[in-house]
Amino acid sequence: MKKFFAQAYIWILLVLLYAPLVFIAIFSFTESRVLGNWTGFSTRLYANLFTGDMQGSSSLISAVENTLLIALISALVSMLLGTIAAIGIHNLRGRKKQAVTFMNNIPMINPDVITGVSLFLLFVFLHISQGYLTVILAHISFGTPYVVLSVLPKLTQMNPNIYEAALDLGATPRQALWKVLVPQLRPGMVSGFILAFTMSLDDFAVTFFTRGTIGLDTLSTYIYTDARKGGLTPELRPLMTLIFLIILVLLIVINVRQAKAKKTA
Amino acid sequence: MAGEHIIDLKHVSKSFGDKVILDDINLYIRKGEFVTLLGPSGCGKTTTLRLISGFLAPDEGEILLDGKDISGIPPYKRPFNTVFQRYALFPHLDVYDNIAFGLKLQKVPQDEIEKRVKRVLKLVSMSDYEDRDVESLSGGQQQRVAIARALVNQPKILLLDEPLAALDLKMRKDMQIELKEMHKKLGITFIYVTHDQEEALTLSDTIVVMNEGKIQQIGTPIDIYNEPVNCFVADFIGESNILKGRMLRDRRVAFIKHEFDCVDEGFGEDVPVDVVVRPEDIYFTTDPARCQFKATVNSCTFKGVHYEMWVDTDTGYELMIQDYDPYPVGSEVMLYIDPDDIQVMHKERTRNVFEGKMADETHVEMLGATFECLPQPGLAAGDKVRVEVRFEKVDLLDHQEDGVVAGEVHFLLYKGDHYHLTILTEDGDHIWVDTNDIWDKGDLVGVNIAPEDLKISKSDEA
Amino acid sequence: MKRSHWSIPYVVFLTIFVVLPLVLILVYAFQDGSGHFTLANITKFFTDSDALGTFAVSIEVAIENTLICILLGYPAAWILANKELNRSAVTIILFIMPMWINALMRTLATAELFNMLGITLGKGTLLFGMVYDYLPFMIYPIYNVLNKMDKSYAEAAQDLGATPWEVFWKVTVPLSMPGVSSGIMMVFMPTVSTFAISEFLTNNKIKLFGTIIQENINSSMWNYGAALALIMLIIIGISTLFTDERKEAEGGLI
Repeated sequence: MKKFFAQAYIWILLVLLYAPLVFIAIFSFTESRVLGNWTGFSTRLYANLFTGDMQGSSSLISAVENTLLIALISALVSMLLGTIAAIGIHNLRGRKKQAVTFMNNIPMINPDVITGVSLFLLFVFLHISQGYLTVILAHISFGTPYVVLSVLPKLTQMNPNIYEAALDLGATPRQALWKVLVPQLRPGMVSGFILAFTMSLDDFAVTFFTRGTIGLDTLSTYIYTDARKGGLTPELRPLMTLIFLIILVLLIVINVRQAKAKKTA
Repeated sequence: MAGEHIIDLKHVSKSFGDKVILDDINLYIRKGEFVTLLGPSGCGKTTTLRLISGFLAPDEGEILLDGKDISGIPPYKRPFNTVFQRYALFPHLDVYDNIAFGLKLQKVPQDEIEKRVKRVLKLVSMSDYEDRDVESLSGGQQQRVAIARALVNQPKILLLDEPLAALDLKMRKDMQIELKEMHKKLGITFIYVTHDQEEALTLSDTIVVMNEGKIQQIGTPIDIYNEPVNCFVADFIGESNILKGRMLRDRRVAFIKHEFDCVDEGFGEDVPVDVVVRPEDIYFTTDPARCQFKATVNSCTFKGVHYEMWVDTDTGYELMIQDYDPYPVGSEVMLYIDPDDIQVMHKERTRNVFEGKMADETHVEMLGATFECLPQPGLAAGDKVRVEVRFEKVDLLDHQEDGVVAGEVHFLLYKGDHYHLTILTEDGDHIWVDTNDIWDKGDLVGVNIAPEDLKISKSDEA
Repeated sequence: MKRSHWSIPYVVFLTIFVVLPLVLILVYAFQDGSGHFTLANITKFFTDSDALGTFAVSIEVAIENTLICILLGYPAAWILANKELNRSAVTIILFIMPMWINALMRTLATAELFNMLGITLGKGTLLFGMVYDYLPFMIYPIYNVLNKMDKSYAEAAQDLGATPWEVFWKVTVPLSMPGVSSGIMMVFMPTVSTFAISEFLTNNKIKLFGTIIQENINSSMWNYGAALALIMLIIIGISTLFTDERKEAEGGLI
């Protein structure tokens, strides 16, 4: 009985949470330009999305490309910078360590608007013209802390002697780094990269403030402008549906792999 | 009073999935006793404790408190309190509120709570710590608070689940003495779980030795030490020489290829037995008339109070001896054992017996695999059979994949001139092996048996 | 080179891209358009009834949203962490997943759903949409803490005579407070600072504090925008003081 109510509660919440997503997904299979108006089943919107045969198609497609490119570049840089930083922070002691850890926490606590506004002011102050570069720099600044936080625990778990052991066995510091240290840190680096990547995909506010006036659009800013113009471009429906599906599949794959890894360990 | 049972476990069994944790446990605990459940990890001792405290329910059997079944009573209504393994002090409450937790739930008046908390804090010598945050306390102090928190509710029984395991040696010794004194002062029943045999011997009125879900022996510490009923108990409690022997007749036993007088009777004549001799019960002598056998000292180590020596007997066995005086390595010594000090035990088994099924005329299925055997005329495929294998005829291989069956060394005994191993197969079967090779507990092994060593007969039930 | 020096590039990066920008907010907030020191931006906020009103509404919406998220999310997190009531990892993934999808997209989907159902956009839909957006951020940290909580605390309480109900209120709830406070941080702050979301959910009827910051910056009123951002920073500073145990709850998003 108790179990029944518990399950019922969970599923009611889930139905409510997913209703809008399902709603979008359903209406991605009809041609109507107005949402909620079912004009019969059609995969035309999907076709349009892939052939680019639609109104304003080039800007939507370039927005998707920008989103992915910015996420990829900023997550890669975040991963490198964050991993090196984590190794450094791990070897710091006392006050210095506290100070750097505190600084590292700031971008995570800061609301997007503050991050966006403050970076906007920075670029204005330094007279850097805003565009691709500034957006990527901004994304690196909020992505790297997540990499640092993913890699640091791996460093603490690591036996501190294994690096010395590698040196003792004749490895040069560079070999010890690549053959011993990096493989140990890899899981943390990968999850840090994934976090930074999705943070970047997700971001709207920071991009909004740092993209300047050159007409650079990511998916979120595109949607924002599009929605403000009144009514979403219908092709966004299949795009959103696909994104939901990809993320769901990714999450399930990651979790199943983790569960398996735990079992065999 | 001495005879009155406070707890009775009758035919209690418990499984988790297909793993049997407790198998038909029968046990009673007398009022006011200090009882210890002793055994290696996974033996079922903690499960037994959790059945009594009510966190687990038995699959079969019943648990009686003062003669009444308490199966239906949830843990919070049972008049017992537990000291948990890692104390489980509530980190959001200070020392005082941790101890007062149970009393507040019972709506005991404020001033009485205060009185009782103060009293119990004094009992555990923690009087000035009321306001301390529990996380700021040392392990030993947390331990005392955990005991105080349980005792303040005046339970009929105090359950202790390896309470000293997390403390260092010195602290553990001190706490043992304090626990013993507390038990004397309070007069309530203590049920104590530990894997530390020394702790059990020091603290208990009664020890219950458990292994693999079964009770091996129940007795006073002295009984358990001096008269272990089987090899497991002999090996688990204290140091011992466990040897293959043969009961010749009443009060006469042969082992290490010598004959000795002993005090055991009723085994029958010419029966294989196991013999236990404690290392401190083998004496050196210079009197040839007293000498029962000769040996050469091959190692001698100072152990603080005594010396531990390994000797090779003139008949090729290795024995451990403890004595206050050292004998030089290489010296030839004369030894004797008092009849009183020889503990003779029934052999639990003399060979492996497996249930199997013929696959065809030259193959038998058992232990979850197919073994090759000699042609078995008169047996058809599918016939149920009984397969006997002598301990020394089982071959162990270094790599699991080289054997017909894969397993792991689960338990091992040194028997003076060979090792007696228990192999646990991947399917959970036991295979017993005598070998001269040295293995360690936990080694992964492949198991093989030569076709000519399988003695197959038609199963009785078929 | 000492290994601790490896943190230097990142420290430089953080100084330029995190610390300096925050200092610039402070600088711009106390400057007028021509770069002279002034308190005008701050006083303007306290005399501007529109801004004050928006501020009050933001705080109100954020508090309401946070409370609703706790009321709905705590039981959900508790059920998810309870092995007897929920054994499926998939339900947990389903609750986490919305955190990974662009909030703007989810908000638009919600707003469109309201439109189709003919529900007038306003305060009600704003709250509903906010709860919808932020509920997973409340559930996840609470679930994390409950899931990692040592079972022996609950057992110890039972052993001392607590009924399941008493165990819940006297042990489980107090011990899960780090999760709740981390959830509050992850819901309250973003609600106050959010922009765009409230416009879509109320058809521009209700503005939140984040929106007026954005509007000022976009219309080149940088100094006033910076002053408003500074005020928000101060609120964040105050609320982080109340919640300092967030780290243990947040670890391990994937």
